[in-house]
Amino acid sequence: MRVVLGEDQALLRVGLTRILEASGCAVLEAAEDAASLERALARPDADLGLVDVRMPPSYTNEGLLAAIAARRARPSFPVLVLSQYVEPLYARDLLADGAGGVGYLLKDRVAEVDGFVAALRRVAAGGTVLDPEVVAGLVGGAGREHPVTRLTPREREVLTLMAEGRSNAAIAGRLQVSEKAVGKHSSAIFTKLDLPQDTDDNRRVLAVLAWLEGGG
Amino acid sequence: MPTLLAPVRSVRPSPVDTAGLVERLRLTLVSAGQFLLFVPAVVLFVLTVVAVPTGGMAVGFVLAAVAVPATELLTGGHRRLAGGLLGVEVPSAYADTTGRGFLGRPLVWLRDPHRWRDVAFLAWSATGGAVLSGLPPLLLLAPLVHLGGLLLDPGLTWALLLAGALVCPLVWWLVTPALLRARAVADRGILGHTRVAALERRVEQVEESRTESLDHSAAEVRRIERDLHDGAQARIAAVGMNVGLAEKLLATDPEAAAALLREVRETTVSALEDLRSVVRGIHPPVLADRGLAGAVEALALALPVPVTLRLDVPEELPAPVESAAYFALAECLANVAKHAAAGRAWVTARQHDGVLRLVVGDDGRGGADPEGSGLRGIARRLGAFDGTLVVDSPPGGPTVVTLEVPCRAEPT
Repeated sequence: MRVVLGEDQALLRVGLTRILEASGCAVLEAAEDAASLERALARPDADLGLVDVRMPPSYTNEGLLAAIAARRARPSFPVLVLSQYVEPLYARDLLADGAGGVGYLLKDRVAEVDGFVAALRRVAAGGTVLDPEVVAGLVGGAGREHPVTRLTPREREVLTLMAEGRSNAAIAGRLQVSEKAVGKHSSAIFTKLDLPQDTDDNRRVLAVLAWLEGGG
Repeated sequence: MPTLLAPVRSVRPSPVDTAGLVERLRLTLVSAGQFLLFVPAVVLFVLTVVAVPTGGMAVGFVLAAVAVPATELLTGGHRRLAGGLLGVEVPSAYADTTGRGFLGRPLVWLRDPHRWRDVAFLAWSATGGAVLSGLPPLLLLAPLVHLGGLLLDPGLTWALLLAGALVCPLVWWLVTPALLRARAVADRGILGHTRVAALERRVEQVEESRTESLDHSAAEVRRIERDLHDGAQARIAAVGMNVGLAEKLLATDPEAAAALLREVRETTVSALEDLRSVVRGIHPPVLADRGLAGAVEALALALPVPVTLRLDVPEELPAPVESAAYFALAECLANVAKHAAAGRAWVTARQHDGVLRLVVGDDGRGGADPEGSGLRGIARRLGAFDGTLVVDSPPGGPTVVTLEVPCRAEPT
């Protein structure tokens, strides 16, 4: 997999490059500011963009904007956005085109190298990966009347893992229950949230998130 | 003649001595001056009274163009006299007439209450004011006049008058300071700001300094956020990445894993340094532990220039004042180290009459710019407490920066 990297901090740029290379990915370019990142993301030989939200010159959310612009130019071009803070609003902006192939993770998650690389591959394959924090932020922001409050704690766990783009099998492995049990939980979730049942992992995630975003 | 215009020292009767005599003679001289100014006051009052009804004709405009600035000159003199005698400033607050033509200015004057107060002052200066100011010279001169009369025209009348007038110097001794004080207070009452105007000015100042301090603290918070994000947070994230990678490489490439871990250890050290410097920028631990005096001592220790300290500050300063004072001193001392090329520096601090006064001086090259960003920042920060910053830095030095912050030492 050929990756374009956008990260202004030298230390993290080096760390990410090492991890990617150790995991069998090639880093085509490592940009340190928004302008060179936009150029790099336009490269036709890139399979995936891995970008930091904050980039020079203004240190706000240039990385995120560059990622969204790149997806506008190349629909469903896979992008994984990293940040020191997770902001559900940014997740919504990334997911807005509904095309999948999007990831949004805290930088801390990179430390768990295998999990991070797996997430990277899920995004490259067109899946959606969201940090548990995003889901917590969206669910936590729900009012008392919100149907999410009807979910059992176990169902919430399943929902969060679903948002991380995991398949039923992976969720079952995580929670150490059978895949059938996960299927039961997820259909309970869809029933409680009044959503159409869907077997496609990615569409499922998007539906749940769109629903959370819209506040039910 | 600054000595002529020193404040009235005391209105209480005092024993006769040389200092008291000099003081009273000075006051009598000032008083005579104030008295004599009733002549222009009468003239200007008449001119003004004529100018207003004749405003419809051209002549009123001409009269006003002469009388109003002349009145301003005269009342300006009286403001200085009254202010000098009371040891305060008696400010004027005329409405702005810049950009108004010859015809436009009188219209502004007509609507300006401060101009009308000037007119009222002219009347007062020619009546009650003249009486108050005329008394001290009159009392002093009466015996001399009567003595002169007696010499020119020896007779009983003058002799009796002279005998009666002998009590005048005593009265003069007793009442002169009080009369001068009374005149000055009355003048200030008419010519000074009204209370409302003073309060308006004050509110303006407070609004301005509030805006500035809000801007300042917002900028500070942004700076802290940036420092954390780009410093400690990024380094700790890198630590996580490298540890994760080392873990992965442990089985396959232990050499590389060990190298990564060494790097991680160095990164944690610098992450801690980052955090420490951010904390120091928020609230220096030494200030928390030892108060202002100890913290300034610590600043002085870190300076490459020898610093003499004379710090006499209470333990219990209000925390915001203490912190503002500390950062102001830190900035001044950093300037000494950076720009002054000084051989030595000194810091004095003392609290007196509810004012914390800090002075930072150095024998360097001088020419410090009070409009520089650092000093302006200090001035803004102190402004939030009604504090002031005065920079005296002639080329060639020495530079003396004086900071004053009003503060009542109250246990917070």
